[in-house]
Amino acid sequence: HLAASLPLPAERDHLRPRIDLIVFIIDIKSKYSLKNVEASLAHVDASFFLGKVCFLVTGVGRVNNCSIEMNAIWKLRDTYCSPVLLCELESEKIQATTAQRLLRMLQICAGHVPGVSALTFGSLMRSSADD
Amino acid sequence: ENADPQKTAFILRKQWTLYSVTPLYKFSSAHLKDYGRQLGAFIAAEKQKGLAVEVGVELGIKVAVSSLPDLRGSDQDHAAVLVQLSLKSSASRKKTEEKLVWSGWFCSVAGDDLSVNVLEDFTCLPLFLANGAESYTSLVGTWFQKTFDCCFRRLVISPLILTWMAALWTGYKVDKTSSAMELVFSVPCLPQPLDISYAIHTEDAKALWDAVQKTPGEITQEEVDVFMDCLYSHFHRHFKIHLSATKLVKVSTGIASAHCDGIIKFLQSQHLIRVLMLLTELAISQIQ
Repeated sequence: HLAASLPLPAERDHLRPRIDLIVFIIDIKSKYSLKNVEASLAHVDASFFLGKVCFLVTGVGRVNNCSIEMNAIWKLRDTYCSPVLLCELESEKIQATTAQRLLRMLQICAGHVPGVSALTFGSLMRSSADD
Repeated sequence: ENADPQKTAFILRKQWTLYSVTPLYKFSSAHLKDYGRQLGAFIAAEKQKGLAVEVGVELGIKVAVSSLPDLRGSDQDHAAVLVQLSLKSSASRKKTEEKLVWSGWFCSVAGDDLSVNVLEDFTCLPLFLANGAESYTSLVGTWFQKTFDCCFRRLVISPLILTWMAALWTGYKVDKTSSAMELVFSVPCLPQPLDISYAIHTEDAKALWDAVQKTPGEITQEEVDVFMDCLYSHFHRHFKIHLSATKLVKVSTGIASAHCDGIIKFLQSQHLIRVLMLLTELAISQIQ
């Protein structure tokens, strides 16, 4: 399900399946996308931040076009304890690999991988990123 | 700190294309005249290989390489080096005219971050500015790269850096205020390219910046963000367009104007050194 911002319209709440993973997409070329994500974060229930939220930052292939300072991204990662995936969605190859990564994360968050919960996966990603 | 305005007059109100240059190996200020001769010979040879020169009128290119000791931050910086190409032509049988067709200069202002790590035989002049035909820039660049084992790269200025320039330069005190600060945005993802030009009265911009900026002499990313956000919200209130979703491509103030393709125009000499300091820093970070 794709949405331009949160909260999702309330009228369709009863039709919506359970949400297992929220991926916030930030385009490094657009300050607006960062502001939008920051505003949407306020509408997310706290329980999601236990491994069911991640930030996908695209456009990192072209640092010369950036309108956002990376420190702002790291601040989001630290404030919301959620991993940041860096990618360049304008490349088809990277699109495919990123989609696979997200799919894997989704499987874990939906509880389809025995022995690994969203929470343990989240802390694994965090500790490997710090190394 | 302020360079002699007479010596720096050639810099003002011209469009300069920016490059970052890696340290030059075995470059010596004592041999500038020799370099001028060698470069002249190189250009003449290249021209012979290429298209035929206009018969009779053009007598060739004269190269002048000189030092500009005032254009630097401190004694740690190497003095700036100016290269000028003039076209010699015979105006009449007795007189030959020389017309300046191309200028380029290397400089370093507060380039300690680079020079501190570099070995003795290397000269650090990380910023290169060129004005004139691209073909001449290419010839001069090729000769320097071959002779001093260095590498030239076009300097790109990201939208983030342009916002810093907008905020920084708005804060500088000027004797004569120009009428407006102009920001140009390019709108992405449209079938036809669209540019939005946003002009703000210099006094209004200065008043906004003074209200945002807290510690004199110190500027934070947060302050720059607030400054830009105010300008964006104001625009959105009137035109319902989110400038933050577009790409900032050009900033023009009374101090200087800068374009994201790495093109700059200096409009006054009062803060020239400070602007060069910022550009030197950008060049160094592109090199490293």
